[in-house]
Amino acid sequence: MIRDITVGQYYPADSVLHRLDPRTKIFGTLLFIISLFLFHSVPGYILAGVFLGVVIALSKIPVKFIFKGLKAIFVILLFTAFFNMIFTPGEVVFKVWVIKVTKEGLILAGRMAVRLVFLVIGSSLMTLTTTPNQLTDGLERSLRPLNKIHVPVHEISMMMSIALRFIPILLEETDKIMKAQIARGADFEKGNIIQKAKNMIPLLVPLFISAFRRANDLAMAMEARCYHGGDQRTQMKPLKYHRRDAAAYIIILVYFAAAVLSRVFGI
Amino acid sequence: MGIIKALKLGFEYLKYDDDGNPASSHRAVDDVNIDIEPGEFIAVLGHNGSGKSTLAKHMNALLLPTEGTIWIDGTDTKTEPELWKLRQKAGMVFQNPDNQIIASVVEEDVGFGPENLGLPTEKIWKRVDESLKKTGMTAYRSHSPNRLSGGQKQRVAIAGVMAMRPRCIVLDEPTAMLDPVGRREVLDAVLELNRQEGVTVILITHYMEEVVRADRVFVMDNGSVALTGTPREVFAQVDRLKELRLDVPQVTLLGHELFKAGLDVPEGILFMDELADAVSSLAGSKETARDNNVRNGDTDTGTIPGTYSDTDTGMIPGAYSETDLKADTVSMASGSEVSQQKNGILKLSGVNYVYSPGTSFEVKALEDINLDIPEGQFIGIIGHTGSGKSTLIQHLNALIRPTSGRITYKGEDVWDDKYDRKALRSEIGLVFQYPEHQLFENDVLSDVCFGPMNQGLTREEAEKEAKKALLQVGFKEKRFLDSPFELSGGQKKRVAIAGVLAMNPKILILDEPTAGLDPHGRDEILERISLLHKERGITVILVSHSMEDIAKYAERLIVMNEGKVVYDDTPPRVFRHYEELEKMGLSAPQITYIMNTLRKKGMDVDVTAGTVEEAKKEILSALERTRIHIAKGTGGDTE
Repeated sequence: MIRDITVGQYYPADSVLHRLDPRTKIFGTLLFIISLFLFHSVPGYILAGVFLGVVIALSKIPVKFIFKGLKAIFVILLFTAFFNMIFTPGEVVFKVWVIKVTKEGLILAGRMAVRLVFLVIGSSLMTLTTTPNQLTDGLERSLRPLNKIHVPVHEISMMMSIALRFIPILLEETDKIMKAQIARGADFEKGNIIQKAKNMIPLLVPLFISAFRRANDLAMAMEARCYHGGDQRTQMKPLKYHRRDAAAYIIILVYFAAAVLSRVFGI
Repeated sequence: MGIIKALKLGFEYLKYDDDGNPASSHRAVDDVNIDIEPGEFIAVLGHNGSGKSTLAKHMNALLLPTEGTIWIDGTDTKTEPELWKLRQKAGMVFQNPDNQIIASVVEEDVGFGPENLGLPTEKIWKRVDESLKKTGMTAYRSHSPNRLSGGQKQRVAIAGVMAMRPRCIVLDEPTAMLDPVGRREVLDAVLELNRQEGVTVILITHYMEEVVRADRVFVMDNGSVALTGTPREVFAQVDRLKELRLDVPQVTLLGHELFKAGLDVPEGILFMDELADAVSSLAGSKETARDNNVRNGDTDTGTIPGTYSDTDTGMIPGAYSETDLKADTVSMASGSEVSQQKNGILKLSGVNYVYSPGTSFEVKALEDINLDIPEGQFIGIIGHTGSGKSTLIQHLNALIRPTSGRITYKGEDVWDDKYDRKALRSEIGLVFQYPEHQLFENDVLSDVCFGPMNQGLTREEAEKEAKKALLQVGFKEKRFLDSPFELSGGQKKRVAIAGVLAMNPKILILDEPTAGLDPHGRDEILERISLLHKERGITVILVSHSMEDIAKYAERLIVMNEGKVVYDDTPPRVFRHYEELEKMGLSAPQITYIMNTLRKKGMDVDVTAGTVEEAKKEILSALERTRIHIAKGTGGDTE
């Protein structure tokens, strides 16, 4: 049941996008997200949409698979759209009881919806084409300058990659403990919120204990394999820029320039 | 000096009270003196809590001695400022395969060690390639560890250690969480490294069969080395090992029992052929026996049920009389074979189950399962990991809904809309694997009360049930208010089993209840379960990897393979298909092999003997028969 949830999934395929350096993809995603908030007009959103469409086509990931990821944000989407519609003051289009829907509200709701959908698709494209390890490697390298101001970049990225490795294991464990407690007559669905929270204790206590035990074991295993921090550590798969990364940088910068220009000239 | 040498090694664990002051100490390692030569294969045995893991952690400087000295490759661990340099020389593999794999891709995990050593990229790749090849994992290099089997994960962990080019590799119960196939896989990989690469191996284990190929064995007790010698020397001391909460391989035990019975069999027999040779030479005339064999060959099938009717009818009516079952069931039971009974209270008909249907991950976990489970039986379920047995038992108490097919309890369909499945779950208790992982209360008694209170009992009533259950699993009354987390592994398991038992189930299902226990702890738990079966008359369904345990306790054995029930019969009848079982990655008990070898050598023995005790009787009486034959001169054409 709980195993069906997929967070930040990687979709293995052989495409240009998969082969790009993770740093390129992180930078590109960042610029794309900024661009979404720069655009203010229909042509702008069309441009962003076309850009996204081309990238999806390049990624060789089935469109259906990408849209599946949107299901998770559907509720949030409805929620924001609804509140945008009723709480934005302006010209009233229609009125139901005390709720007034304004023209400005509709426009804002539409805009937010488009932005949210594009944002989610854009960032999930990054996670779908990049293995979690590449992603943390990319982050570590991109954030390395922060080391100078004593941010433990290596440690943070190590924690991230370990967390990613253990998510499926802990999900499976949750499933198992839940079933074991159900077999002892536990009920995780009945009652009000307080009762439900209380019912979670037989699940959470063993889960935490197990997580601590695993953390302890893992720390020992890492030490046994000579882990002693990030100093003097080399990499098996060091990140290297290729020509395709340069091309990708040019394309994304041109796109971003278009976004800036559209904002400046108010198209 | 050897690669690892310890002199008067001692280690004390300190326990701290709430203010952080040392409150008590526990001496885990005490006066250990060992000297291990390069290239040796050392096995370390010892019951849970005997200090073997603590000793292992000294061998790669994860712990530093509080007393005495340990040298790794000539370096005193207390004098080395950069301990990781020592750890490179003595790599370590741990018990839990999941908790020692760091990366999300196999090859990257193998590269983790070399990365830490600061090797240049090309060298890392070279070492990763090498290590993967040595452990036979090259084909899986780009896989995610989550999709590997336990044995494969442990091989990845070994490859990860090998990539650091250690001189010595310490394995701390690497096979404890694996099934027999995985165990063999890991052991073969370790042996290969020892024989081919000359790596010194120190293997800590509970499984006696893994020890026989070692050069030397250390047996730990109370933190010190109690016994040492070659496997043969150590296993010759069967009684001493039993005192140390250990056992010996079945073949060694049988040899020992025969020796005690006055036969001229050497002590410390390690291999089945050895025993077979020794026994058959006692039988004297091979020709005689073989004649008998041929003569009895056809009547074989006729004699076997006869041999077993004693145990069958002896046990089942006894078990039934405890429960108030209708007389016709009893007559059915004594009338024909156990597995053929048709009035089971739990019935599965045509059950299929498919995981993630419609996706690329679709797996047929169960295929057309038809089972009848009557009251009062002791049923064993066996099958390798992934054969569907875990899925099957979760169907039995309605934790999983079958994709198709019907499951009925007392004639009612459990997936009927109006059916009370919560009530069903207290009638059919399920104890999961590693049940100690589900304990959560502050004290033992409250934890056991959780089930009964979910059934709607008051605290007082629940406590009554809980106490009864705890006593029945052999848990001491004075520890009822202890925290469950402070208990030893075996005690935790008892509490967890009591937690299900307190709900008064009619059927108790246990998924590998003895995983991770030492031989003595395993026997204790199984004895308790067998006692419950006899005293309470409840049906027990025991999922196990150990054919020996099944042979000893179960009256009916269900073998699962690839989601199907392959065999469903009495254990001796199933074990006759030992060659087919092997093809499924299973095996019959060692005893079955011994008896079959004896028979091939011409002895007139019943091959269906399932336990050491039965085998002993069978061999003794076979020898007796031969002697009579010879004395009378009936079959003695060679004499």
